Amino acid sequence: MTGLAPERFEERLRERFPGLSLRRQTGAAVRDDTWFVPGEQIVEICTFLRDDPEFDFAMLAWLGGVDLLPREPRFEVVYSLLSLSRNARLHLKVALSEENPRVPTVTGVWPTANWHEREAFDFYGITFAGHPDLTRILLPEDWVGWPLRKDSPLGYEEVAFTHNTPARIKPAPDLKKLKPRKVTFRAH
Amino acid sequence: MTLNMGPQHPSTHGVLRVALELDGETVLKAKPVIGYLHTGMEKQAEYKTYTQSIPQTDRMDYLAPMSNNLAFCLAAEKLLAIEAPPRAQAVRVLLTELTRISAHCVWLGTHALDIGAMTVFFYCFREREKVLSIYDMVCGARMTASYFRVGGLSMDIPEGFLEKCRKFVDEMPAHVDEYERLLSKNPIWLARTKGVAPLAARDAIAMGATGPTLRGSGVAWDLRKAQPYSSYESYDFEIPVGAHGDAYDRYAVRVREMREATRIADQAIERIRSIGPGDYRLRDYKYVLPPKHEVKTSMEALIHHFKIVAHGFFPPVGEAYQAIEAPKGELGFYFVSDGTPRPWRMKVRSPSFVNLQTLPAMVEGRLVADVIAAIGSLDIVLGEIDR
Repeated sequence: MTGLAPERFEERLRERFPGLSLRRQTGAAVRDDTWFVPGEQIVEICTFLRDDPEFDFAMLAWLGGVDLLPREPRFEVVYSLLSLSRNARLHLKVALSEENPRVPTVTGVWPTANWHEREAFDFYGITFAGHPDLTRILLPEDWVGWPLRKDSPLGYEEVAFTHNTPARIKPAPDLKKLKPRKVTFRAH
Repeated sequence: MTLNMGPQHPSTHGVLRVALELDGETVLKAKPVIGYLHTGMEKQAEYKTYTQSIPQTDRMDYLAPMSNNLAFCLAAEKLLAIEAPPRAQAVRVLLTELTRISAHCVWLGTHALDIGAMTVFFYCFREREKVLSIYDMVCGARMTASYFRVGGLSMDIPEGFLEKCRKFVDEMPAHVDEYERLLSKNPIWLARTKGVAPLAARDAIAMGATGPTLRGSGVAWDLRKAQPYSSYESYDFEIPVGAHGDAYDRYAVRVREMREATRIADQAIERIRSIGPGDYRLRDYKYVLPPKHEVKTSMEALIHHFKIVAHGFFPPVGEAYQAIEAPKGELGFYFVSDGTPRPWRMKVRSPSFVNLQTLPAMVEGRLVADVIAAIGSLDIVLGEIDR
């Protein structure tokens, strides 16, 4: 965190949220200042960090999911905060269990979180409670599964070789019976 | 009425679809729909070594391949805690600034074409072609460069390269004058851009906009100054900012950025000359390939070569995020490493993805024709949005 001392950050946050379970991520190669915060309080913490003049994290640079399979809790959501006035970056992390990957949305704090949260939902199936439009963003609407989860394999289709091709060839569709796909969309 | 603009529409700069709800010619609501170019690059990176992912990055913002390479390599270098040698850093700065010029040339040409000024396109593509031939000279590819490597460059710059860059850099300011003569005081251009698609600084920050989109709204935020990388702190340049945040200001910011980029490239050429011949990549062979002539003469180098080609390098367990000021804004890579040669997670923070989110705020309540001007002034590349 350039421009802000980690100790000061911890002190201020503990002062504002007594009894907060706050843990700094340790590890020799953790190159950014990263803190684990409880998911239930993410909105209050983010609002505080945005509005407090000492931090002034006016921008959310990005937000993304991480799958740590087979570790438990399995998922992490990383929030990368950016303070233009303090020239500081800060990473917040929320750990989520496999059974209930659910965290309140921060779209109310930073509108930019909208698409990032949709992307994390799209890739990992993480639910952002209270999100105004939590739908798939990069994948097709009818896609089944969460492609960036570690148990979702790369290359879903079997590669076609001569020894497995005959079984895979389907009869050509009867063009007369094909109906145009119904396209529905609504401007939100 | 609901109007579906794109995904096959020349002015959406690729495969962007915008669902517009209209009242006559006024836009009530706009909703960008993306994902038509999604290729799962983040997933694929988990199955590749770090070096193998570099060609993937070329295809994200395909108008600025060198910038993508740089962001990727810097993030990996941050994870490994290594730094490229000074000569490599200067070459990187030179090439990424030339990239900025060529990316802005494409933006200016197509943006002007969209809103009715055809001539500019030919002028801009003429200069872009020169940058592409500089790419060709240095790495053999015109668009998919993959020239930078973790720890430096894939090979040294060829003979005659600096002279060619020097010629381009000397000529460029006159060409920018030409563009400005065509547009800056052109009444049609002013009518189509002045006061069109405004974005207040407050909104721009809240929506995470970066790059010229943010600076056009008057926020002097440039990662090259604020959080310098590749020794940018030692180059002399200015950050152009706009005042009103409209399409014209974003135009003015980018045009001035082309001039500033020329200045930086000029300094970088002199720096490469003053450094003289030297290492173009690190001599830390746990992470970086040894030079080919050493592989042929030294057993150690041969082993290192084999290990890096066969396995890749092993970063420590940890994570790193590094962002650069790409032509379109903050381009960042976030790696989570589990100690194996393949990243456990690669997250791309692409500027166009975030900047595009500001589109509804720019166009709602305005005319359909302004949507085209707004998309053009945002400078998006769908390859990087959909990844």
